[in-house]
Amino acid sequence: MSLYASRRSANSTATTLCWVAAVFGLAWLFLILIALLYEGLRGLSPAVFTQMTPPPGSDGGLLNAIFGSLIMTVIGVAIGTPLGMLAGTYMAEYGRYSKLTTVVRFINDILLSAPSIVVGLFVYTMLVHPMGHFSAISGAVALALLVIPVVVRTTEDMLLLVPGSMREAASALGAPRAHVVSRVAYRAAKAGLITGVLLAIARVSGETAPLLFTALNNQFWSTDLAAPMASLPVVIFQFALSPYKDWQQLAWTGALLITVAVLALSIAARTLSAGRRKSK
Amino acid sequence: MFSIEPSRRNANGAGGEAGSEMSEVVLQQATASSVATDRARILVRLALVDRIFRELTRGAAIAVLVILGGVILSLVYGSWPAMKAFGFGFLVSQAWNPVTDNFGALPAIYGTILTSVIAMLIAIPVGLGIAVFLTELCPHVFRRPIGTAIELLAGIPSIIYGIWGLFVLAPFLQSHVQPALIAAFGDIPLFSTLFAGPPYGIGILTAGFILAIMVLPFVASISRDVFETVPPVLKEAASGIGCTTWEVMRYVVMPYTRVGVIGGVMLGLGRALGETMAVTFVIGNAHKISGSLLAPGTTISATIANEFTEAVGDLYTSALIELGLILFVITFFVLAIARYMLMRIEQKAA
Repeated sequence: MSLYASRRSANSTATTLCWVAAVFGLAWLFLILIALLYEGLRGLSPAVFTQMTPPPGSDGGLLNAIFGSLIMTVIGVAIGTPLGMLAGTYMAEYGRYSKLTTVVRFINDILLSAPSIVVGLFVYTMLVHPMGHFSAISGAVALALLVIPVVVRTTEDMLLLVPGSMREAASALGAPRAHVVSRVAYRAAKAGLITGVLLAIARVSGETAPLLFTALNNQFWSTDLAAPMASLPVVIFQFALSPYKDWQQLAWTGALLITVAVLALSIAARTLSAGRRKSK
Repeated sequence: MFSIEPSRRNANGAGGEAGSEMSEVVLQQATASSVATDRARILVRLALVDRIFRELTRGAAIAVLVILGGVILSLVYGSWPAMKAFGFGFLVSQAWNPVTDNFGALPAIYGTILTSVIAMLIAIPVGLGIAVFLTELCPHVFRRPIGTAIELLAGIPSIIYGIWGLFVLAPFLQSHVQPALIAAFGDIPLFSTLFAGPPYGIGILTAGFILAIMVLPFVASISRDVFETVPPVLKEAASGIGCTTWEVMRYVVMPYTRVGVIGGVMLGLGRALGETMAVTFVIGNAHKISGSLLAPGTTISATIANEFTEAVGDLYTSALIELGLILFVITFFVLAIARYMLMRIEQKAA
């Protein structure tokens, strides 16, 4: 009987500990979200979206930072997505069993979680240093390098989910391989491919480290891609570490904006792939 | 096109006009196509498109390799001056003096590893606990929502964790937790050095804790995915002979998924080692090795983030790039091991 008792008590101890761990872990994560909502909403006003980042002590918004983030993300995604999709296509369609694919998959997985600050250093030595000054375009290239691994991964995964019989049917009708890929496989995997791009945007839009010494920052409105450009994460970094209360408030608000954007993108990506799974 | 190149050169050499040569080529093509059927022409074109597309995708795949190679090469190139100036001494030197151009990586390496170890010490048990909770204990209704919430939290940018750490966690630790730690451990020999000094709020311990909260969703969601690869039959068999929930986890699920869990943990570690923003806010950026966990320190990524744009002089910049190279090499090996282990569990599941 004592054996049963000790087993039972071991079981209840372990399960209690798991409950405690779950409550403890989730509590911190929700505390962060609550603090973010509370502090961020306090500073949310139309001015945030219509005015430039202010000098300390005066009113202002985050317009130039929001614009900079958008434009660099768009360019980064525009460069990274085609390259990533093509690479993913090769891995799933042409070289599925080739050595190259195995190596690329491994390297890509490492790039996927490599420290983003190293990417910033890479772009600095390749672009910023030769050009002689910081620029928005080098920031966009740094973001593109972070987009690529995400898109490669999802493209390969999603194309591998397309049943081989669909490709065989198309080939049997005489369609050349390029058409099989672009007209059949891409179409069948469309939702998944879009999911990948959305995830990549979500990943990139909060990245700070690679922008610190590529795009730098800019206090003013700028659309010049060859000049330094503000971005939300870098402005948050600078403003949060400043001693000025109004700058810190803007940092919180900016943090809230990024989080909402990232969560919205991830949820959209999730709904897309969930809808796809159901229809299958 | 390439085959006509020599003949054109000959024609030029003989004084013939390039223009007439071109029209001759066009003429030849025209006659060729008029002979061939439409079908053949389309087939040729399709084959060409096919080939171009294939080579394009292949080129993109190779480009991914080139990027990684480029990252390594550019880091080596950028850190060459520092390597020449300091040699292997860079790795063990504690100096960090921009004025005299004397740099060493040891404090940054120490801080990077120590904060990551603290983070993993917290995140592994809690993350595994959450994973067990989600696969075994949680009421079914809540499994999906909580699982999804954790996955979403894994995607939140690290700067959010950083700003929260700076404004909320650090003041809280400073006024409530750290004085208690100092009071509690002040008289115990080993711990008194570990928890020595005034409660700054920011420092190694705070950075480690923020990192723990940040990698927690990763460890939890990967472990849960790995736990779900266990065939239900195995678990049911164990339950069928009377095992308790804990015994099923301990003697069936965990041995079966050990490799995958270690892979997930290593992935979290890779993330913690390379994390920049969450740490930079709360580490204090002090280039010294202090025995106390409460003292400010620095990490590789925090040093680069804080000082790179302000670095004047080639040697300073180069030293920072060499720090980046060290970080990349460390994370490369950690991530490579992680991926290898996760690959093994995937093969097992398939």
